[in-house]
Amino acid sequence: MASNLPPETGPFLGRLSLDAIPLHEPILIATFVMVVIGGLGVLGALTKFRLWGYLWKEWFTTVDHKRIGIMYMILGLIMFLRGFADAIMMRLQQAMAFNGSEGYLNAHHYDQIFTAHGVIMIFFVAMPFITGLMNYIVPLQIGARDVSFPFLNNFSFWMTTAGALLTMVSLFVGEFAQTGWLAYPPLSGATYSPNVGVDYYIWALQIAGVGTTLSGINLIVTILKLRAPGMGMMKMPVFTWTSLCANILIVASFPVLTAVLALLTLDRYVGTNFFTNDLGGSPMMYINLIWIWGHPEVYILILPLFGVFSEVASTFSGKRLFGYTSMVYATICITILSYLVWLHHFFTMGSGASVNSFFGIATMVISIPTGAKLFNWLFTMYRGRIRYELPMMWTIAFMLTFVVGGMTGVLLAVPPADFVLHNSLFLIAHFHNVIIGGVLFGLFAAINFWWPKAFGYKLDVFWGKISFWCWVVGFWMAFMPLYILGFMGVTRRMRVFDDPDLQIWFVVAGLGVAVLAVGVAAMLVQFAVSIWRRKELRDESGDPWGGRTLEWATSSPPPDYNFAVTPHVRDLDAWHDMKQSGVPRPLGGFKDIHMPSNTGAGIILAGICLVMGFALVWHIWWLAGLSFAAMIGGAIYHTFNYKRDFHIPAAVVIATEDARTRQLADVAGA
Amino acid sequence: MLSQLYKNIARFRLLPLAATLPLLSGCGLVLFEPAGDVAQQQGDLIILSTGLMLLVIVPVMILTVVFAWRYRASNKEATYKPDWDHSTQLELVIWAAPLLIIICLGAVTWVSTHMLDPYRPLSRTAPGKPVAADVQPLEVNVVAMDWKWLFIYPEQGVATVNEFAAPVDRPIRFRISASSVMNSFYIPALAGQIYAMAGMETKLHGVFNKAGEFVGFSANYSGAGFSNMRFAAKSLTNAEFDQWIAKVKQGSEGTLDRAAYLKLEVPSEKEPARHFASVEPDLFDAIVNMCVEPGKMCMHDMMSIDASGGAGVAGINNVRELTYDKIAARGTGDMARWSVRYVAALCSSPLMASQVGPEPAPAKTETLRGLGQQRPDGASRKTADAAFHSPTHDLLS
Repeated sequence: MASNLPPETGPFLGRLSLDAIPLHEPILIATFVMVVIGGLGVLGALTKFRLWGYLWKEWFTTVDHKRIGIMYMILGLIMFLRGFADAIMMRLQQAMAFNGSEGYLNAHHYDQIFTAHGVIMIFFVAMPFITGLMNYIVPLQIGARDVSFPFLNNFSFWMTTAGALLTMVSLFVGEFAQTGWLAYPPLSGATYSPNVGVDYYIWALQIAGVGTTLSGINLIVTILKLRAPGMGMMKMPVFTWTSLCANILIVASFPVLTAVLALLTLDRYVGTNFFTNDLGGSPMMYINLIWIWGHPEVYILILPLFGVFSEVASTFSGKRLFGYTSMVYATICITILSYLVWLHHFFTMGSGASVNSFFGIATMVISIPTGAKLFNWLFTMYRGRIRYELPMMWTIAFMLTFVVGGMTGVLLAVPPADFVLHNSLFLIAHFHNVIIGGVLFGLFAAINFWWPKAFGYKLDVFWGKISFWCWVVGFWMAFMPLYILGFMGVTRRMRVFDDPDLQIWFVVAGLGVAVLAVGVAAMLVQFAVSIWRRKELRDESGDPWGGRTLEWATSSPPPDYNFAVTPHVRDLDAWHDMKQSGVPRPLGGFKDIHMPSNTGAGIILAGICLVMGFALVWHIWWLAGLSFAAMIGGAIYHTFNYKRDFHIPAAVVIATEDARTRQLADVAGA
Repeated sequence: MLSQLYKNIARFRLLPLAATLPLLSGCGLVLFEPAGDVAQQQGDLIILSTGLMLLVIVPVMILTVVFAWRYRASNKEATYKPDWDHSTQLELVIWAAPLLIIICLGAVTWVSTHMLDPYRPLSRTAPGKPVAADVQPLEVNVVAMDWKWLFIYPEQGVATVNEFAAPVDRPIRFRISASSVMNSFYIPALAGQIYAMAGMETKLHGVFNKAGEFVGFSANYSGAGFSNMRFAAKSLTNAEFDQWIAKVKQGSEGTLDRAAYLKLEVPSEKEPARHFASVEPDLFDAIVNMCVEPGKMCMHDMMSIDASGGAGVAGINNVRELTYDKIAARGTGDMARWSVRYVAALCSSPLMASQVGPEPAPAKTETLRGLGQQRPDGASRKTADAAFHSPTHDLLS
């Protein structure tokens, strides 16, 4: 690491100079070489097979919620591999650094890794995954043709991607923050982090935050305004309900994150004193504000997956969801309560006993609706006919794993217990227990469940099961030792240890991560094998699992317009009801369908925004100003684009629907 | 009283956790086998709370497995009711069961949070051993620095770096601050942790019941040297403690005055234990007030000026190019390297001790209700200074 003093700011390149390339870090250089070789390979292949035009026209500029949803999932998957690589490096370091060994990572590198791991996993893995999932499924579940604001959807995706790219750039140009994933001041202030790491952190999150907030608004409006006729609020599928609540949380909490990061930015760039030690600043204010965003954020992540588990449990038990109404109210309770508990993240800051008890008990109260949900899934299985396909396996694994994470969470909400467990590896084990056991297991259930809808063929079961068992076993192996280490008083973010008794637990955790790595690899193989064998795994029916909600009423993959005729909803499980009562599929009376046009504005604006972020990180003022002007100008220019929509002619709809009719007849005849 | 409760519940401890705890008891789970009464109560609370929650968690897990097996598709003998989706009685039970557990746990939380408030002086040193009214706690001032710990013993007039000692069975009262970034002061064998923050003072009370050598460290990441920010925490008999103080008084480092402190403040890692034979009086108050370097206005002066209306426009002229908080020195030292603004001292009022107001009352052991307890930090808050020193405590409570 260079000097602690901030580098000189030049007029043309700002703080950027050749010193910013981490040539002294062999690990980074090797990674960089591999990325360059891999990247060139991909670019070469795209050029060779003449795919650029296809990608641009059909994917990058698309406003189709289904394709945007798939792109979000791909973004999440790529960033997951980066975040998981960080996890492996941390586990390796902590398993090695005993008996005077410094391990293989210096402090500067290690501190960036744990910061990047947290930031990437939350903002660029979990968030894209759930946003992608909601994007794909929600419009189909409510019988809509797209989201309310299709262009905004495309723009949101590219802003999220721009944030992710800025984070990745920090790997090879400059450095990332060495502050922990929430960048507490004063450590993250200009005084103690004078270099560009925290600036990368700030601008990556601000840019991605624009995308997340806009996408939240988009989905709320979509759910409120575009539901099929007959679908009252209390007839919405549970996944749509939980998505609605998650997006309300997004819209209500992300502005707080934006504001608090903006204040930190002012401290760092302009010399204000909001969060400094001196001149009237209060770092405690930052910690309060960031957790007022941060606690709802964990419910933003888990709520949509609660919806997934509800859909999966009901479908694979062949039964209506038990206690739909109480499920909905439980979700709403959680949504509201998630705003009243932020202080439990820092009981140790010295609040009085009454304040701590209030927030502790409020936290415990959340476990009541959560517990009710769990019972509801349980009684959905009760007197069902449970088919153990992969999504249901993930759901059972979730139910058995998540209760343990929930229990340790409530334990941490008891302030005197938190005084001894705060910031310990017990805490790390707890939130990985709920995020892996809840969010990731839910995502894997969702991917296995809805993949056939998105692509028209099921995922391979053999590799899926290998992945499942590796994940479940690997999770317990990797995180049980951390619970125990927490009881031994071991704190988080340590780089070296001096007590040799601890090493065995870190070695076990490291082996657990190795098992998890096999699980990740098996999942990639599962995708590859399924794509390879897609003809054998083909599902022509569009409803491979005996689904209950509207997305299963269309073909797989659905046509661009989703539904040729907007369905009428009479019951909660609309599609199940249609199948039961024999509502015929509409075969005529098709009209022209009004659709939004693709546009390159989203990717271009987000690209300019990425340049602006980079310029701001490095204090290249002229470029920042120029790109800001270009972004505003571009946005205004885009408002003069009047080629926003087109009609799919009725003839095309008729041809598509006739083909579908023949396909369904083949399935029925076969 | 609370311990009575724990004893009653001790049976729980052995029931659900019986399978796991004995397996682990040999491997140094310091949270369950600490050397101090406060940490012991906190550890017991973990077990009690876990036991309470297992009352609902275990049945749920068993039911999950039982239902998952019984209602598998291949079991054609199981009842199948595809349209059964509601039962009011069942709904009542599934909301009531977690509610009842949380009511119990909430009561335990309210009481234990008040009884074990780190700001509250101890009322006992061990179960059944109340603190006599005339026993003064050992006062220790702690400063988290980059990346080492400074301990000042005002009563003995000595200071140490990265070495802490206290006599067995004597209550200890920590006043905790920091020189630059936030850390968390934690000796797991003694008591829970509390944050150490610059310009602020937090408090912690604890007592050792067993002699021995333990570890203390920072439990909040604070930068590159964080991993090695560890110190020895020694629990000594009275005689050994006196010997230890005598040894410190012969320390080679001399006096810890303001100049020595500013030198000490420069970041360093893996500092060996250091002994200062004497300490400049009021140094800790100057650290908390962020005015160790001469010529810088102390927080308490600034606040009393502000409280009486401020210095107005004239105050702007009193801001000097200066260096407390800024840049690479990570503290107050090395001012020449980077220019920043600070407020120069206007008045030369003597440094006000940051501890104002009456000594707080210990917990009343005869009542189990947290509600009737007097606030541990005392009701009287006379100066803005005092409000500043005690962080969210006053902002929020």
